[in-house]
Amino acid sequence: DPHWYPARQSLRLDPKGKPLRDEEILQELPVGTTATFYFRDLGAQISWGTVFLIECIGPLVIYLLFYFRLPLIYAPKYEFTASKHLVVPIACVCHSFHYMKRIVETLFVHRLSHSTMPLRNIFKNCSYHWCFAAWMAYYINHPLYTPPYYGEKQVKAALAIFLFCQLGSFSIHMALRNLKLPSCKIKKIPYPTKNPFTWIFALVSCPNYTYELGSWLGFTLMTQCVPVLFFTVVGFIQMTVWAKGKHRSYLKEFKEYPTLRSPILPFIL
Amino acid sequence: MSAPAMGTSKTAHTDSSNKKKKGPGTLAIAYLVIYNVVMTAGWLVIAVGLVRAYLARGSYHGLYYSIEKPLKFFQTGALLEILHCAVGIVPSSVVLTGFQVMSRVFLTWAVTHSVREVQSEDSVLLFVVAWTVTEIIRYSFYTFSLLNHLPYLIKWARYTFFVVLYPMGVAGELLTIYAALPYVQKTGLYSITLPNNYNFSFDYHTFLILVMISYIPLFPQLYFHMIRQRKKVLGHVEEYSKVE
Repeated sequence: DPHWYPARQSLRLDPKGKPLRDEEILQELPVGTTATFYFRDLGAQISWGTVFLIECIGPLVIYLLFYFRLPLIYAPKYEFTASKHLVVPIACVCHSFHYMKRIVETLFVHRLSHSTMPLRNIFKNCSYHWCFAAWMAYYINHPLYTPPYYGEKQVKAALAIFLFCQLGSFSIHMALRNLKLPSCKIKKIPYPTKNPFTWIFALVSCPNYTYELGSWLGFTLMTQCVPVLFFTVVGFIQMTVWAKGKHRSYLKEFKEYPTLRSPILPFIL
Repeated sequence: MSAPAMGTSKTAHTDSSNKKKKGPGTLAIAYLVIYNVVMTAGWLVIAVGLVRAYLARGSYHGLYYSIEKPLKFFQTGALLEILHCAVGIVPSSVVLTGFQVMSRVFLTWAVTHSVREVQSEDSVLLFVVAWTVTEIIRYSFYTFSLLNHLPYLIKWARYTFFVVLYPMGVAGELLTIYAALPYVQKTGLYSITLPNNYNFSFDYHTFLILVMISYIPLFPQLYFHMIRQRKKVLGHVEEYSKVE
């Protein structure tokens, strides 16, 4: 196995310039009869798909450990007991559904543009998702958990929001998949399709993040748990950064990009 | 930690006064000079207060009470330094400065002020003295740098005193937190227990222990960073004297 496999090679024409993209062709580069390339080792790489999978399987499993109240988490008398509140198993189903959906999308739906990332990132990404999952699951499945203030009404409303946003998120991922054909790497502007969940493209550049925020807001309302709120806020900040970046690159790439669109929240952000 | 921002703004400060980068304007420089002069004066007040109280009482014990108010005022005032970085008139990292100032403010308010029983501990005096000497040197360093008239003595002091003051301050801080632990546990200070409507809990006692543990990776890094800075900044003088 060669040590410097292609994914970890970074080649540039100018040591301080941008790295060359995978699809660039030698004949089309601004070089003469000889060409000088500057090589940089990007370090051990891991594919994005693999990272997403490990990132998602963690929370899925970890939450269940807390849900079933495995030993050493709560006091011994609560081992393997169940909560008497209806919202607790509902929350478990929602959380698990969210991560199972993400795993299915990673395996079958996403067409990921960057093929790899540095190996180091897996520790950063996984600890973020895994630690937050443990923190949230600990409180929701705690024997002393307090169900939402407005009871069943609150849970039902929150569940509706959550499901709506999960459907929305899936619709967006499918719409984005249909934009990219596996052979050509041409970027296209996403537009609303027949699916009503995609109509939000008229107002937002990255509705996948909008729906993700909505899902977690629903989950926060459902569980009325501060750690969940915290996770939602941190995730929102990160997704806003990503959405703004994506929005900017759309604007740069396409002169005819619709001006009505905002990065993540219609008209606001 | 006892020597905040020592590693961050010094080279940047001398850079901004020597190079014509897009640094602060004249109004900003005037404001910063006033700020640094006021802070130098403030910490001098604390130093004088400590000495006077010691001479009056004849012992090291309980000197905290004699300088409690100016200590709180001037240490909390250092929060402005985060604003300076955020606005851009000081070329330091907001995150690094924020971290350093917040750790000082945390010790002043969330430990020493909040747990009355530790206020008479000698460990408090240890870090207060370390902070006082450090800050007097640091703020006068900035003042002179901004005015482009930095006496070598101040530069030397800034990059040498920390060798003793930094470990001294850290020792004082750790001993104080450690002394506070039993009282925090007994009274449940700043702690939230289950059950509650927001399904959240926080144990301040455990948190303080984690803070103490965090010194282990952080302190050596900051300390050796300062040692490297010292070689870089004070090293030049040795080269010049060799040339002669």
